[in-house]
Amino acid sequence: MSEKPKLKVTLITGRTIEQGVGKEHGKSSKEYVESVSICFMDPEDMKKLGVKDGANIQVSTAFGSVVVKAKKSLRAPHPGVIFIPYGPWANVIVDPETHGIGMPSFKGIPATVEPATDKSVLGLEELLKTQFRKG
Amino acid sequence: MPVVRAVTCPVCGSLCDDIELTIENNRIVKVKNGCAMCEAKFLGYCCEHRVLKPMIRKNGELVKTTLKEAIRRAAEILAEANYPVLYGWSNTSCEAISVGLELAEEVGGVIDNTSVVCHGPSILSIQDVGIPSCTLGQIRHRADLIVYWGSNPWSAHPRHIERYTAFSEGRFEKSAWRSYVTKVKALIGRKKIQSAVKRLILKKPPTLSSQIELKPISSIAREGRKLIVIDVRRTKSAEMADYFVQVEPGKDYELLQAFRALIRDHELEVDRVAGVPVEYLEEVADAMVSCNFGALFFGLGLTMSGAKLRNIDAALSLVRDLNMRTKFIIMPMRGHFNVTGANTVFTWQTGYPYAVDFSLGYPRYNPGETSVVDVLLRGESDAALVVASDPVSNFPRKAAEHLVKNPLVVIDPHMNVTAQMADVLIPSAFVGIEAEGTAYRMDHVPIPLKKVVNPPRGILPDEEILRRILAEIRKIKRKKAEAA
Repeated sequence: MSEKPKLKVTLITGRTIEQGVGKEHGKSSKEYVESVSICFMDPEDMKKLGVKDGANIQVSTAFGSVVVKAKKSLRAPHPGVIFIPYGPWANVIVDPETHGIGMPSFKGIPATVEPATDKSVLGLEELLKTQFRKG
Repeated sequence: MPVVRAVTCPVCGSLCDDIELTIENNRIVKVKNGCAMCEAKFLGYCCEHRVLKPMIRKNGELVKTTLKEAIRRAAEILAEANYPVLYGWSNTSCEAISVGLELAEEVGGVIDNTSVVCHGPSILSIQDVGIPSCTLGQIRHRADLIVYWGSNPWSAHPRHIERYTAFSEGRFEKSAWRSYVTKVKALIGRKKIQSAVKRLILKKPPTLSSQIELKPISSIAREGRKLIVIDVRRTKSAEMADYFVQVEPGKDYELLQAFRALIRDHELEVDRVAGVPVEYLEEVADAMVSCNFGALFFGLGLTMSGAKLRNIDAALSLVRDLNMRTKFIIMPMRGHFNVTGANTVFTWQTGYPYAVDFSLGYPRYNPGETSVVDVLLRGESDAALVVASDPVSNFPRKAAEHLVKNPLVVIDPHMNVTAQMADVLIPSAFVGIEAEGTAYRMDHVPIPLKKVVNPPRGILPDEEILRRILAEIRKIKRKKAEAA
């Protein structure tokens, strides 16, 4: 079996209007969960990895690994840059280091992306259970 | 049906105060003038995710209880803790924050607001360098150049451009909306021609490079307000801009310093800075210098990446330099509706805007040591009170892990992610919908929040819940002192 393709990228997390609307509906709402368990990628990068819009991908950093849905970025071109909206999925892999000023690094984190067709995107409850064993 | 006018929207730091709500049977049925987030909040706040009864964790499950019991248990947890964390505060009223600070002093904990994970670095830099600022009204009426750096108002502050900057109709500066519409039409026309050329003549992609698209269409950019957007992605806001500078991730500091050099008429001995051709930067720098009154708004793109607070140092210095050539102001794009109020009330009562530690009996401030993420990462706290915030959704996993490991008291109207982890959960009324109060807009203008409907039965505002917890803690302490 050939090895899965992997892509080295820079991870940016941030606000999207869908996440902003979703959080007002409630953090357990379908709108919120669907707006934050995704990853926007440059279409060229998706081609390189052989993933289609809506396919599951695994994003890994030095701090963790999470499965999210790949979405074709409407804000392209931004090759080598992926974007995950703020939320519990992004938090699994962001850099907690505050460099002595109180602020973790939520943007500009080195990451790798690989296709994860055999893995599923965890629901909010499952994600919290695996991360915190509470709730 | 009664219509309530001039309601302040309790969502983002823009605090739009022109919202009109139609009320029917104590429910909001129609929202006028609001953005998508505003509508979602006013129409969706009372949904199935609302917490209607206080809850306590028993045998690993959250079970309903009385308010009295929940307050007693919350007070016990906080009174017994050695070093509790009191976090949140940016989504509630200044009046509630004021009681929160009293509570932090009483229990000797560390109190922090959400600016620690948004504009904390900006505050540190402002304390170092200073900030030339003004109110949003001044910008609306007078600014002829707007810069958004590392900020996407289209998503995070949807009405900011329309109410306060490029697309607002000021007394002395007109809205750039029409020229934007013309530009969009021109771009669509150009794309159509390109695609026709591609299909009919060349049968291959046209040779027009993407660099041409970076430049504004000169006939449109000649007069009126100009908009510059600097970001790592071509966001929706960037599409509205006259100039869009796509900076490489983490290279904002270099770009800011390059602009500083350019506006001082120094020549750069490189072709590109942060991935952008110097030629284009010169054009943008020229637009900055030749404006009459410019305003630079910066977002988390600067505070969360690369050099963090040093990015802000450079941005503030750039504006200081620009003030030698023209008039320029700078302002952080504050996220939560009352995060500016949290900083303001914290400063009135303790002398410091965030990350205040009362463990020695007097306020101490040393972000990096007394900031909540660091306290959690070092595993020092032994209990927490979270008010109107969702740190489990917004903190790095490692920090959230320590937060949920210890007894956790949550005061929030919604069953958010942190509330699901709570040991004591006290539901509260929505400030600005079911309770009145005061909030500070991002330009430090205090704006009253209205109560437009009644909260569900038995649900109190944050301020009242905190007062009751504080009174209960004082009672516990008195009893302990008497027993000793």
